[in-house]
Amino acid sequence: MRLEILNSGYRPGTKLLFALIQLFSRQPVPDAAKLVFYRPDFYGSRAKEFTHEAMRGPSAWSVADRELMAAYVSTVNESAFCVAAHSATARQASQDGPKVAAVLADLETAPVGDGLRATLRMLGRLTKEGKVDADDMRQVLSAGVTRQQVADALAVSAAFNTTGRLADAFGFAVLSPEGFEAGARYLLKRGYR
Amino acid sequence: MLSEDKKRAAYRALQDRILNGEGRASPEQRARAFGNDELSQPLAGLVGKVATRPTQVTDADFAAARAAGFSEDQLFELVICAAVGQSARLYDAGLAALADVVGEEER
Repeated sequence: MRLEILNSGYRPGTKLLFALIQLFSRQPVPDAAKLVFYRPDFYGSRAKEFTHEAMRGPSAWSVADRELMAAYVSTVNESAFCVAAHSATARQASQDGPKVAAVLADLETAPVGDGLRATLRMLGRLTKEGKVDADDMRQVLSAGVTRQQVADALAVSAAFNTTGRLADAFGFAVLSPEGFEAGARYLLKRGYR
Repeated sequence: MLSEDKKRAAYRALQDRILNGEGRASPEQRARAFGNDELSQPLAGLVGKVATRPTQVTDADFAAARAAGFSEDQLFELVICAAVGQSARLYDAGLAALADVVGEEER
């Protein structure tokens, strides 16, 4: 990572934890996991709480749908680390790799329901252009999505607009496919806390 | 209006901490990084990229900020403020557009 403190500035107990994770997972500790352990009182603790609430808290969207939103927002941002991490998690959660690939390649022709498609389209516009208007929201609501689901999708978008920026600014190392699959298993078993 | 949901409240707690809690960068610098506003170079270049084109951040952006006297811990904080600030603006823009529709329906 571009800041040396994020590579080696951790407390001894945290370094030991990283060594144990690496030993048992047989994969390097992902930089996304490391970041939240650096001065956790500044960023990590509250970031984990928010991200867990957005991705695993109560919502009418399934975990698979929310991971797909995370992968989609990351694709619009061209955030390589987050695209790989959350497309792996979305594939495992949905057990439907072709659907995940289709959404990320061409949302308009992908085999998903109208509500999810309209929601992803709105998140993509917000992420790319920095704005959406009432017409954008009417289209999502008229596709059968509830107001609360829109708010929940905006929370997912906020989590990954934040994490993706940090991944690219700090320079998270892109893992091997096996590393991303192991990370995805962890996120589905334990969540983001 | 939608009530302030638990997810937005959790993001607000993160915003409040990074802006108003203890830090190595001054609260004024953190607020400016969060707002991507009123910063001088070289920090303005780094923060602007984090906010609007993060894939274009380079080692040289960090090197320039270090050479201007910013410590690694200050840059850690200011980059986080820039990322959270931009995301908060997007989040609020989305919720505001949703509130507009809900408001119309209730009139």
